[in-house]
Amino acid sequence: MKRARSFARTGRGQIGLFLVAVVVGVAVIGPFVMPYDSTAIVGAPGTPPGNGHILGTDYLGHDLLSRLLSGGWSVLWLSVATTALAYAVGVTIGLVAGYSRTLLDPILMRLVDVILAFPPLLFFLIAATSVGTGKATLVIGIAIVLAPGVARIVYTATREVSVCAYVEAAVMRGERTWSILRREVLPNISSYIITNLGLTLTFSILLVASVNFLSLGLQAPASNWALMISENRPILKLNVWAIVAPAGMLAILTIGVNLIGDAITDALGRSDGPGEFNRAKWAG
Amino acid sequence: MKLGRYRFVAILQRLLVGVATLIAASVLVFLGTAVIPGSPATAILGAEANPEAVAKIEQRLGYDKPLVSRYLDWLGNAAQGDFGLSAVSVAQNQDKPVSEIISRPMWNTLCLALAAIALLIPASLILGVISALKANKWQDHLISTFGLLAASLPEFVVGALLVSVFFVGLDLLPPISLVAPGEQPLSNPKILVLPVLTLVLTLVGWSARLVRSGTIEVLKADYVQMARLNGIRERRVVQRYVLRNSLAPSVQIFALCIQYLFGGVIVTEAVFQYPGIGTALVMAVNSHDNSLVQAIATILAAVYISINIAADAIVIQLVPKLRTQV
Repeated sequence: MKRARSFARTGRGQIGLFLVAVVVGVAVIGPFVMPYDSTAIVGAPGTPPGNGHILGTDYLGHDLLSRLLSGGWSVLWLSVATTALAYAVGVTIGLVAGYSRTLLDPILMRLVDVILAFPPLLFFLIAATSVGTGKATLVIGIAIVLAPGVARIVYTATREVSVCAYVEAAVMRGERTWSILRREVLPNISSYIITNLGLTLTFSILLVASVNFLSLGLQAPASNWALMISENRPILKLNVWAIVAPAGMLAILTIGVNLIGDAITDALGRSDGPGEFNRAKWAG
Repeated sequence: MKLGRYRFVAILQRLLVGVATLIAASVLVFLGTAVIPGSPATAILGAEANPEAVAKIEQRLGYDKPLVSRYLDWLGNAAQGDFGLSAVSVAQNQDKPVSEIISRPMWNTLCLALAAIALLIPASLILGVISALKANKWQDHLISTFGLLAASLPEFVVGALLVSVFFVGLDLLPPISLVAPGEQPLSNPKILVLPVLTLVLTLVGWSARLVRSGTIEVLKADYVQMARLNGIRERRVVQRYVLRNSLAPSVQIFALCIQYLFGGVIVTEAVFQYPGIGTALVMAVNSHDNSLVQAIATILAAVYISINIAADAIVIQLVPKLRTQV
């Protein structure tokens, strides 16, 4: 774990931390310092910067700067909530399948393989067709897409750990399966779980933003950077900042998160099996 | 003689796994779109729809039959390229077959994907080999930094930024890529430039990076050292020994990229409103047309699996060692 933290001393890691800090700062403080109400119409649609509106107005005549300042919070919390749910599901599946020597193992893991074998958005889109769009579908649907990647890594680690002597000793002592998983297995696979966290979060930011861009997640008048890019396309020529500003914020966030992830991989990837990392990157 | 049989068995084995995965995926797709709260007909018509109209649509689409027989019917027809009637068109009394609706978008997407692949593969080979030959020099750092930056961005951010530069800034290329019905996307190459560029930019960083590490491994190999010690000029060593041997691992890298591309195409098409299968899929999701979603999802799944099998088959041809590992 110490090695994992040493990423903060590399150039890439520091730049990444700085970029993410900027975006988190804007997203958290933004809603409190925005000059106008983000849903109030303050001018003509698509006016260029000037006239008291530093970035101009958006497709409905909202103040663009206010939309930008309030649009980051949902980008962050949706991604974090999705990652948390994906971990809850993925870790449970991985632990149960990796530890059990029953039919549950092959059934769960083949299901995981099938989901991992397809375009990430596909299973989300199927879920959205049947239950409709919205925040809940967004979080649950993308968690379903991300959970198999987590499950695979937890599964592999659990398989290794569950044949260790200390686990067998716990079985001999007659401890219940659930407490063996929680007290013996989970602490010993936590390093795998934590190194994978950055990767899953990166992917979750990307997918949540893509879904919002496709207008299958949050709906107007919610302000969200990804949604702003799609809703402001009609006024592209009038006020290009309506597209460039949110795209720039998302770019800073994803580049920052990736730089941190890359620095962590470099800091411990080589000795901790870089193969696992690369596979996860693609499988996600 | 014997080797040929092993090769055949190895490829056959992967084919069988692929078919099994596809069937499993089709079950998931079918269950995901068929077992829904309420009925698909009310999802299309709205909750306050006339119950008679709902019943009529359900009967027309076969929703009154049990789930298992519906799935088997669907699977049997889908294997022959018949994906049934579009649920929305039935609701509108038009009864359009799904295969008719998606044939055009499929062709358009294929054009877009092939154009992107045709650019992606040479670009990542050239960039990857350059950074391997110049490992840890400025050329390598430039390529890897740029690659990481581009690969970090979601497709729609790259697309939006490209549109801002090439349409708003320079007024060179159109911001949306419309294809008139009955027209070929290739007949107007201008509309393909930005979507292709978006797909290539988001992928070339990863693929070049993977080509780089494959090439570096080959550069360290004994036979390359031997060739150098024999006094063969470096240029010839690279051409004759390094490039040929680094191509084999690259096949799988490109297979991954092409798979990823078919996922990325969904969002990229939406950015440019390109009338391909991704746009059709998003529209079908919005209108709750589940027979259309089932068809497109299954086709995408089949494409994914075929790419895997094709890549495995090519690698088995290239690497003799794998033929015996049955």
